[in-house]
Amino acid sequence: MSLKLNYSMSLANSYGLTKTQKIASAVGILGLFILVLALFNVQFPNKAITLTIALSLMFVGAIWFSNSLYLDKSKGIKNDGIWFKSLSARGLIGWLIGVVLTLFYIVLYFYPEYLGLAQKGEENTGLVALFDPLSQLLSGRNASQWFVYGTLYTVAILVFGYKFILKYRHNRYEQIRTISVMFFQLAFAFLIPEFMYVMNSDLPYYDLKNIWPLNYYNFESYRIKAFISAGNIGLAMLIFGIVSIFVITPILTYKYGKRWYCSWVCGCGGLAETAGDSFRQLSDKSQFAWKVERWVIHSVLVFVVLMTTAVIHSYLGNDTSKYWLTKSSFLIFVASFLTIIFAGTMIFKRNELAKDAKYGAIGYFVIIMELFALHYFGKDNSLFLFKSESLRKSYGFLIGSIFSGVIGTGFYPIFGSRVWCRFGCPMAAILGFQQRLFSKFRITTNGGQCISCGNCSTYCEMGIDVRAYAQKGENIVRSSCVGCGICSAVCPRGVLKLENDSMKGRINPNEILLGNDVDLMDLINNK
Amino acid sequence: MEHIAIIGNGISGVTLARHIRKLSDKKITIISAESDYFFSRTALMYVYMGHMKFEHTQPYENWFWKKNNIELKKGYVNSIDTDNKTLHFAEGDQMSYDKLVIATGSKPNKFGWPGENLKGVQGLYSKQDLENLEIYAPNNKVCKRAVIVGGGLIGIELAEMLNSRNIPVTFLVRESSFWNSVLPEGESQMINRHIKNHHIDLRLSTNLKEIISDENGKVKSIIIEDTGEEIPCDFVGLTAGVSPNISFLEESEIDTNKGVLVNRFLETNIKDIYAIGDCAEQREPIGNRRPIEAVWYTGRMMGETLAQTICSNKLEYKPGHWFNSAKFLDIEYQTYGWVNGKKGKPDYEAHFHWKHEDNTKCITIAYHKDTNQFLGINTFGIRLRHDVFDKWLTEKRDLDYVINHLEAANFDPEFYKRFENEIKASYNNTLQTN
Repeated sequence: MSLKLNYSMSLANSYGLTKTQKIASAVGILGLFILVLALFNVQFPNKAITLTIALSLMFVGAIWFSNSLYLDKSKGIKNDGIWFKSLSARGLIGWLIGVVLTLFYIVLYFYPEYLGLAQKGEENTGLVALFDPLSQLLSGRNASQWFVYGTLYTVAILVFGYKFILKYRHNRYEQIRTISVMFFQLAFAFLIPEFMYVMNSDLPYYDLKNIWPLNYYNFESYRIKAFISAGNIGLAMLIFGIVSIFVITPILTYKYGKRWYCSWVCGCGGLAETAGDSFRQLSDKSQFAWKVERWVIHSVLVFVVLMTTAVIHSYLGNDTSKYWLTKSSFLIFVASFLTIIFAGTMIFKRNELAKDAKYGAIGYFVIIMELFALHYFGKDNSLFLFKSESLRKSYGFLIGSIFSGVIGTGFYPIFGSRVWCRFGCPMAAILGFQQRLFSKFRITTNGGQCISCGNCSTYCEMGIDVRAYAQKGENIVRSSCVGCGICSAVCPRGVLKLENDSMKGRINPNEILLGNDVDLMDLINNK
Repeated sequence: MEHIAIIGNGISGVTLARHIRKLSDKKITIISAESDYFFSRTALMYVYMGHMKFEHTQPYENWFWKKNNIELKKGYVNSIDTDNKTLHFAEGDQMSYDKLVIATGSKPNKFGWPGENLKGVQGLYSKQDLENLEIYAPNNKVCKRAVIVGGGLIGIELAEMLNSRNIPVTFLVRESSFWNSVLPEGESQMINRHIKNHHIDLRLSTNLKEIISDENGKVKSIIIEDTGEEIPCDFVGLTAGVSPNISFLEESEIDTNKGVLVNRFLETNIKDIYAIGDCAEQREPIGNRRPIEAVWYTGRMMGETLAQTICSNKLEYKPGHWFNSAKFLDIEYQTYGWVNGKKGKPDYEAHFHWKHEDNTKCITIAYHKDTNQFLGINTFGIRLRHDVFDKWLTEKRDLDYVINHLEAANFDPEFYKRFENEIKASYNNTLQTN
């Protein structure tokens, strides 16, 4: 991922780069170049020192570049020339980076041996071997392709996070939010799992902030076994995983909206907000894209619920005397839970849902039918013709690898930085469902001050047509909003504010805006 | 079916069309020679600065008009035959209407300066102005220096635009301080400093004498009246205000002054013809408002109101409390109610002014000297809530109340530093010294 770092430093802004910025870019590129050499199996005398130098050069180059770019300019919005630059306006450089990133992801997921991952019984070579010393230092084992990826991912979030903080140094919301994603990436995704391995090597890799269903494999048989066999700490982690999605997530989303996760904690969001910041304006704002988004993301949600249920079902037993949770009691539990949510929504929120209720009902129906099917036909762990294992595999391949990795990040420079979060992430679908219906969060519009300029919509990474609401004086309550706060930041008239307030009057469509004759407003708006 | 023809596809005309459509199934045609689809004029600057592409300035997708059965006609209206209710287009064709709405907006002011029609001399108002700007000031190689004449809201936007492409800017302002015909002194001076901090060559109390041409009829330099100094330049922006764009009405029966004269129902002297937005001039003044208001919001409000009248619910145009906003480079500005600069300030109006030491934030609260009634607030660098001030103005709150409840009106993003206590302290100090 940190490939992007050096490219955007170097070629991206070459239009109008100062001498300092060029030198800083060169320093960063040099760091990247060392990694490329390692990839092609150039032998370095001391891997630890080489890696240190490479990473340091990337940090120094990026920090120096960012300082030079922002520190001598007055505080404020820094979007000059975004649509003139090849990098950020789908020019040649944008496409090239898209291709390189996509290839990188394909190799990473499907051909890690090209990165130098050891074949059975051999030593790592190439790029992976270069990271062995760092991995040894942290956890006492050799690196894997995922360790290399995790390190570069963390480096990208840290250096581009730094750049982002300087870019928005007039905006404390953006700064604090960015420090938060930098912290969660460094500590929770990168360091803590390594330390946990040192403490207890039986524990499965677990990034504690990575919650099911984003972490779709969390309840698979091998992990459950590993959790349980690792004793109390393993059990605690398993319980934490369940509590995360069923207790912590609903409470925080009710209070703060889905932003507490998507733009403050999540690693995918963290990368999108930092390394992906140069591409946020590329998201598709059309109503058509919104329709596609709703179908695709909710289909993924149905898919992951189906898949997870089938997988858990497959390894549970039938005998209540051996273990309290059996195949049938599990299915009954899932069915009841979904029914409660579905019925509750229909009873209390049907007016807000309108047409969408029908689609929600279809999704619910599909899952319930699957549960029945599992119960009656799922004796040999297969659902009709599909084994639960092949369901899991195709989810892992299609959604886990292709969608979230190759398309989600590889296509940053083409479709914008939040393609995965917007169209694919089942976690975002759950949080968004709750944000739309049961949350105090909204983006408030400021009376009649909107001038329909469109900065808010242009810079919305989720493709929300923010202006469509602002120019009607209507609060923005959308399931996809990740609360990044950029619409509010770029608004030249002070129209938008992210707020948590009471549920009452949260959705407030207006025909006539504040500022006009009060009689006219009463006449039209209270009709 | 009644045919409503609207000349002009800006915010006024489009708001009107949308509201008529909500209320009726009348035939609606919007006529424009400027652009195929409605765009936000106020956002043109961001296209030049590379923040947005032109299509981003269009608030509705292109399918919107057909879906809502609003016809769009590209054409320039040459003349209006009011007797036969017919429009004659420059392209030669005609269109008949049952009701006509003139919403043609403004054009930049020119005051008869020698050379004001040269190539490379222009205002900043229309899409065409933006296109010409790309010809005469695309970068700092083609345009080695630009001069802007007129220190108002468009002037400072144009300065910011040119600055974004590293084109050196000389900014001629007639007044002794930026926009001090509107802004109180402290605010105006803060903006002066802010302009200079952006390396813009701000020349106060400076007037344009003439614009000099090169051999190709393009601007070569300008001469300053007060000093006789000649400033070489490749582009001159004329931003000394705007006036109604109604020259095509000269031959018609429609009463005009500076703008199209309308009554409180936005009706002109001719039955079934109305005027809204920048080009309308009120026959009777509305409160403290000027007869012509070239402001986004008033255009929109007139559209909202007139839609009622046209759809058989005859309504007076009665705008609520005055508000406005702008952005001066990096400093946002909002105003609610009336705060006057030195020029138009009534005797009873007094000010409380607070400025932050970093020179980018300040507020000015206007109040009645005798009754302490709150009259209005200007805020720079701090966002405030429209609905709260609208309510306080309606409730006729006094100065003390406003100062002590300022936090209820704060609209800054979360985690921003708050200044209510500092403002209160400063207020209490001021009172003691008074």
